[in-house]
Amino acid sequence: MTNRVFKLPDIGEGVVEGEVVEWHVAVGDSVSEDDALVDVMTDKATVTIPSPHDGTIAVLHGGVGDMVAVGAALVEFDEGGDSPADSAEEKQPEPEKTDEPEVDSEPKAPTTPPPATTEPVAPPPVPAISTPAPLPTVSTPNESTGDSGGKALASPAVRRRAREAGVDLAAVRGSGPAGRIRHADLDAFIAAGGMVQGAPPVAYTTRRSDVEEIKVVGLRRKIAEAMTVSKRHIPHFSYFEEIDVTELEELRQLLNATKSAEQPKLTYLPFIMLALAKIMPNHPECNGHYDEANGIVRRYGAVNLGIATQTDRGLFVPVVKHTEAMDVWQAAAEMQRVSGAAREGTASLDDLTGSTFTITSLGRDGGLGATPIINHPEVAILGVHKAREMPVVRNGEVVVRRMMNVSSSFDHRIVDGANGAALVQALKRLLEHPALIFM
Amino acid sequence: MTDTRKCKVLVVGAGPGGYVAAIRSAQLGLDTVIVEGDKAGGTCLIRGCIPSKAIIHAAERFESLRQHANEGGHMGLSLAAEPQIDMAALVDWKDAIVERLNKGVEALLKGAGAELVKGWATFTGPKKCTVETTEGHLHIEAENIIIATGSSHIDLPFMPCDEEFVLSSTGALDLQKLPKSAAIVGGGYIGLELGCALAKLGTDVTVVEGMDSILGIMDKEIRRPLEIWLKKHKVAVHTNALARGTEIKGKGASRKAHLTFEKDGEEQTIKVDKVLVTVGRSPNTKGWGLENMGVRMDTGGRFIRIDRQSRTNVPGVYAIGDVAGEPMLAHKASAQGEMVAEIIAGHNRSFDKVAIPAIVFTEPEIVSVGLSPDEAKDRGEEVITGKFPLAANGRALTLEAEKTAGFIRVTARESDHVILGIQAVGSHVAELHGEFVLALEMGALLEDIADTVHAHPTMTEAFHEGVLKTLGHAIHSA
Repeated sequence: MTNRVFKLPDIGEGVVEGEVVEWHVAVGDSVSEDDALVDVMTDKATVTIPSPHDGTIAVLHGGVGDMVAVGAALVEFDEGGDSPADSAEEKQPEPEKTDEPEVDSEPKAPTTPPPATTEPVAPPPVPAISTPAPLPTVSTPNESTGDSGGKALASPAVRRRAREAGVDLAAVRGSGPAGRIRHADLDAFIAAGGMVQGAPPVAYTTRRSDVEEIKVVGLRRKIAEAMTVSKRHIPHFSYFEEIDVTELEELRQLLNATKSAEQPKLTYLPFIMLALAKIMPNHPECNGHYDEANGIVRRYGAVNLGIATQTDRGLFVPVVKHTEAMDVWQAAAEMQRVSGAAREGTASLDDLTGSTFTITSLGRDGGLGATPIINHPEVAILGVHKAREMPVVRNGEVVVRRMMNVSSSFDHRIVDGANGAALVQALKRLLEHPALIFM
Repeated sequence: MTDTRKCKVLVVGAGPGGYVAAIRSAQLGLDTVIVEGDKAGGTCLIRGCIPSKAIIHAAERFESLRQHANEGGHMGLSLAAEPQIDMAALVDWKDAIVERLNKGVEALLKGAGAELVKGWATFTGPKKCTVETTEGHLHIEAENIIIATGSSHIDLPFMPCDEEFVLSSTGALDLQKLPKSAAIVGGGYIGLELGCALAKLGTDVTVVEGMDSILGIMDKEIRRPLEIWLKKHKVAVHTNALARGTEIKGKGASRKAHLTFEKDGEEQTIKVDKVLVTVGRSPNTKGWGLENMGVRMDTGGRFIRIDRQSRTNVPGVYAIGDVAGEPMLAHKASAQGEMVAEIIAGHNRSFDKVAIPAIVFTEPEIVSVGLSPDEAKDRGEEVITGKFPLAANGRALTLEAEKTAGFIRVTARESDHVILGIQAVGSHVAELHGEFVLALEMGALLEDIADTVHAHPTMTEAFHEGVLKTLGHAIHSA
């Protein structure tokens, strides 16, 4: 009695191991050829490994979160007669045709994660919205008719809108006959912030004693690892400043009021990006990478600004390249493009690599201050906080001015305190007198 | 001299997948090049769907003319003499249609702003190819590649097509003289469509099929009217019969093809003017450098492996249509082509169709959309079904469409009445399929169709009645 051993096949050039992200089968399940066995995440992508043949699962090697080497046993199939435990002992690995993995069908972000630390980038395919049991499907793949299966009952127009809005229709409750999802259902779902309607409210008076254990796997693990590298290796120092953006706000409002229809709406960020691009030549120590292994600091002429972007899948840092050669409209448009692509999972590898300095902004939730973690191997990062009207003293009088805080962190090995402060002060000067940005 | 052309999107193959992808891509403002070694339009337009439909239409007219000539004035209409066939003129008429559509595709590509390069492309890397054009070699480098190379006729190695006695479907669509007799090896939809047309034109047709039934893609109930039609028209059908070879014997006008096939352990040989080989189609994955692109194939190694966005494993390389998997149907290729162009332009799209309709233009015509009752049951669905005969539809009678014993069959989930599949068989039913697909894509319930007024007198009423029948209360049926 033997088990047929199925080994982790070669799942891509240069890939030597993968992390088990999710098992689709359990011991004792019978599977057919091409059924999904397991999702394995590598540095490059998450792939679903299909079953190479029909059979019954006898042994699974590796739990969720475990690393499995290419060529190592992944699954054993029961060849009949013996109990799974016994046959595991007696297994005789036989040469097995390695099957090709199914490329995951979710839109892919990068094929290689950039050396990001603060907001690392890793292959994403984590569903945007957790899904309850899917609605009855109308169809699944079928040879003769070739249908490929919509999960939820909804018209093509609703399906398209949902896709564009990043909504998984399986999470939307349809109010139409047979649970058909109508435009109005989708509107309500989006308006509710993607909440699953009908979930029972939790009463405040209930005492809770449950503990939920969540394995740190996939993108979350990549983020955790990168953060650790960054924080452990880089001696950070942080520096805070407040900036009077009253004039900048006037300029911004004017430009937004008079812009042409195709020009993007301006936030503060494009101005900050342009200001940084302008002052960087005077602060070259802040716009570089520290190559610790070789003891070299690379100072870059290009000002390639990483824009920390929160997505449904986790943090990404898409990059606006060559900000030094852009006007404010181009900077705004490019920033919107790359951050939008990161959110939708359509960002190219190029969009996600090559930053020389990173900006992180929480927008409306910007708060007063933070201690941002440097995007390794960069040497500096700027955090932008919420602008708000504040009473401030000017010429002995209390006046209302629009104030914005910035928080910065620098790699103290490379950037001295005075140099870091000088960068922020130069930035402050330009932002408080925005005409200087354009001179 | 060798030029290099750089572009955003390169489409390889100008069939119904490729040319649609190129038009859509150009519409979206992407710099688009499309390469085609043959005429624009692909198999479908040049030597498939369109030319075969032209011949089928002509055959249908000829058959009805003969009815008026022979049956003592059928419908009170008579002809003084037998109608005559000028096969060469018929093929010319068909070619004129093909020519018109070919020019139309070229004009559409041009109008949209896509550049058509005529020549065969050979890939040297994932995104690099050389095209041999009449003006020399052209290098093309593209940011995105859409592989739409289609499929080809499968030859039987022991009886390769010479296009004189042993024909592929291509040769069968260019017959200069009507054969008195023809054997069709392979009773799938391509062979049967041509077989029905030849039978209508007066050829003695024999079908040799290796499986236990013809048109195995359709279920027994739905193909039954076709089997009856073939029998009535004296088309000999041999199932479980394996072709063994063809020998060309005889001299001059009596030179014939002797087709040998094995059935029930015995060899039989029949003498025919032409043997038509229609045993299937094979994706075009060889001979143009696909192996240099690093693209992975599916488990069986036949098709290029794609995901639901038609992406291959190589970033920026997409595959659509016949080369990327079943079903090998033009409309699937077009839909994928349109989608891929939009994905490249940054739209968020996915191939999430509920159903790809399949139509067989035999006599009677056969349509299948979604699941058959058995397929639905195999998936664990509790279903209700209803069948409405065309014989109970007024318009069908006036068109004599009921004579082929057709019907429309509806399958719905019992619990919530969501329609899961619709099949139809009968004369002229192909054009009814649009409503069927729409019903499935919209997630229609039986009640949605029941409460939609269908115009009288039309054959679409039969669908309405089929739905009512499924609900248990058809009006024009016992």
